[in-house]
Amino acid sequence: MSFIPGQPVTAVVQRIEICKLRQGDNLILGFSIGGGMDQDPGQNPFSEDKTDKGIYVTRVTKGGPAEDAGLMMGDKIMQVNGWDMTMVTHDQARKRLTKKNEDVVRLLVTRKSLEDAVRHSMIQNQAQHQI
Amino acid sequence: MRRAAEDNAPLSFSPEHLSSLRSGGQTEEQPLSGAPSTMRHTDAQPGLEQDDNWGETTTAVTGTSEHSLSQEDIVRITKDMEDSVGVDCRRYLGLTLAGALGLLVFLTPLAFLALPHLLWPERLKACGTACEGLFISVAFKLLILLLAVWALFFRPARAGLPRLFVFRALLMVLVLLFVVSYWLFYGVRILDSQDENYHGIVQYAVSLVDALLFIHYLAIVLLELRQLQASFCVCVTRSTDGEIRHYNLGQLSIQRAALAILENYYRDFPVHNPALLTASKSRAAKHLAGLKVYNVDGPGNNGAGQSRAMIAAAARRRDTSHNELYYEEADHERRVRKRRARLVVAVEEAFTHIKRMQEEEQKKAPGEVMDPREAAQAIFPSMARALQKYLRTTRQQHCHTMESIQQHLAFCITNNMTPKAFLESYLTPGPTLQYGRERWLARHWTLVSEDAVTSGLKEGSIFLLKCIDFSLVVTTKRIPYIKLSEEFIDPKSHKFVLRLQSETSV
Repeated sequence: MSFIPGQPVTAVVQRIEICKLRQGDNLILGFSIGGGMDQDPGQNPFSEDKTDKGIYVTRVTKGGPAEDAGLMMGDKIMQVNGWDMTMVTHDQARKRLTKKNEDVVRLLVTRKSLEDAVRHSMIQNQAQHQI
Repeated sequence: MRRAAEDNAPLSFSPEHLSSLRSGGQTEEQPLSGAPSTMRHTDAQPGLEQDDNWGETTTAVTGTSEHSLSQEDIVRITKDMEDSVGVDCRRYLGLTLAGALGLLVFLTPLAFLALPHLLWPERLKACGTACEGLFISVAFKLLILLLAVWALFFRPARAGLPRLFVFRALLMVLVLLFVVSYWLFYGVRILDSQDENYHGIVQYAVSLVDALLFIHYLAIVLLELRQLQASFCVCVTRSTDGEIRHYNLGQLSIQRAALAILENYYRDFPVHNPALLTASKSRAAKHLAGLKVYNVDGPGNNGAGQSRAMIAAAARRRDTSHNELYYEEADHERRVRKRRARLVVAVEEAFTHIKRMQEEEQKKAPGEVMDPREAAQAIFPSMARALQKYLRTTRQQHCHTMESIQQHLAFCITNNMTPKAFLESYLTPGPTLQYGRERWLARHWTLVSEDAVTSGLKEGSIFLLKCIDFSLVVTTKRIPYIKLSEEFIDPKSHKFVLRLQSETSV
C-alpha cells in the first residue's frame, strides 16, 4: 500500500456496508480508527509503509455492526460514502464516519491479504491459460 | 583454648603490649593449618618491622614475605652505598661550575664600574646626574637578576639525571660567551685606551645587565615554559601487574620525561605488592610440570625439538586449571568480603568507646583523661585481630606494622575521623607515597632506551624504567591536531511539534 508521489494510488479494495446501531442517543459503528494527516505515521502498527498517513482500523468490537459486516483490524479505509480517506486529518475522518443523518456507511477498505489473494489467482489463471 | 607456645617462644614485642593483647580476648580457633614448631622460630626476629603477630599471641608466619623483604633490604643497602659516591661527585662538579659562573656574572658589571676609578681616577670625567641615575638602575637591575636567578636555579635538585641537561648546559655556555665577549670589548676599547668618558662606561655596564636579564628570560622560556603545552600522551605500564596510566607531557627530552613520569608514579600507581603475584607463577609452573620428555631414538640433545614437543603436549592435554582458578577466585572473594564485614563491625564498635572531652569536662574528671596516643592504644586490641586477619587475606600484612597502625589510629582520633575514614587506607592498596619511606623500596631507577636520552620525545618512542622489582614500560603517542570549528544555533530556532497517534472509536 505504498504510494508514489504524483501517481494515482491503486489498491485492491473490498466494499463493506455497515449499518449503524442505535445505542441511546448515539449511532455507533463498532470499531476504532487511528492515523491521519496530523498524526505520527511511525507509530502505526498496522501500516506496511511507515510514512503512510491513512486511516486504519485499530480495533473492532466483538459483535458490533462492523464485525458483522466483515471489517477486520488493520484495514485501511480508502473511502467512506464516496469521500476520500487517504488524505484527511484524524478529526475529519471521525466526522465523516459519524454523521448523524446517515444510517449506513459504505466503506472501501484495503488490506494486504486482498492483494495477495488477487495476485495468487492471477498467477493461477496464467498457469491455466498456458496449459 | 590456651596455646602452649605463649610460654616458650620469645615474642618480639614489649610486655605491656602483651598484656593489652591478652585483655583483648583470645578464644578463636587455632591459627593456620599445619603449623609445625619449626615455623614458630621465625616469629622471633628482632626488629619491630618484622613483627607480624600483634593480632594473636602466636601464629605461624609463612616465610615468604619476611624473607623476600630482607633480601630486598640487602640489595637496596648495597646499591645505596655504591652509587652515592659517583653521583655526588658529578652533582658537586655541576654545582661548583654554576656557582663560579654566577659569581663571575654578578661581579662583572660592578667591576666595569669600579675599574676606571681604581686605574685612572684623575683623568675620569665627573659623573653627572644622568650618570648617577644609571647607578641606581644598575643596582636595581642587579637585584632583580639576583632574585630571579635564585628563584629559578636555587631550588633543591629533584633528581640526578643520567646525562647532561642539554638546555642548561647550552645556557651556561651562552652566558659565558656573552660575558667573555663583553670583557674582551671592555679590555680592548676601554682599559687599553683608558677612556675618560665615564658616562659611556656606565651605559656599557647597564647594557650588560639588560642583556643578562634577557638571557634569564630565555632561560625561563627554554627550561620552564616550553614543556607546559601538552603534545604527547605517554602510556605507562607496570610490568608485574599491568597497571596502566596515561599522562600528558610537553616537548621534553627522554630523561626529563622519565623524571616527570616517575614523580607521577609515586602518586598514582598503587603500591607494588609482590605477594599478589605468586599465584600466577605457581599456576604457570604446574602447567608444564607433569610432562617429561623421553628420547627414544637414541642419544642426541635436540633441545629446541624437545621443548616444542612439550609445549604441544601441554596444549593438547585436557587440563582443568581454569576451573581451579575460577573456584579459587570465587572463594577468595567470599573470604575477603566476610573478613571485611567483620573488620568494619569491629572498628565501628571500637570507635564508639572513645569520646572527645570538652574543655569544661576536663577539669571535672582529671583521672581518666588520655591523649590521642593512649586512646589509640586503648582501643587498638579490640580491632587488632580482625584487622590482621583482613590484611593477611588480602596479602597486605607486610605493608603495615603495628606501630604505623596505632599512629594512624591516633591521627584519626585527633582529627575526628569516622571509622570508615580510618579503614580506607587498609581496605584498598593506596599509592606508594601513602606508606612509610621504607616501602618506597626503589629510589634508584635505570632508564633503558634505544634513542639517546637527551633527544626529545617522538611519536612511537619506547623506553623502560627499571628498578629492582619491576619495570615501567613507557610508550609515546602524539596528541592529534584538533580542528575545532564553530556552529551558531539561533536560540529562536528551537521549535517543537507534538506528534500523536490517537485512536477514536466510532
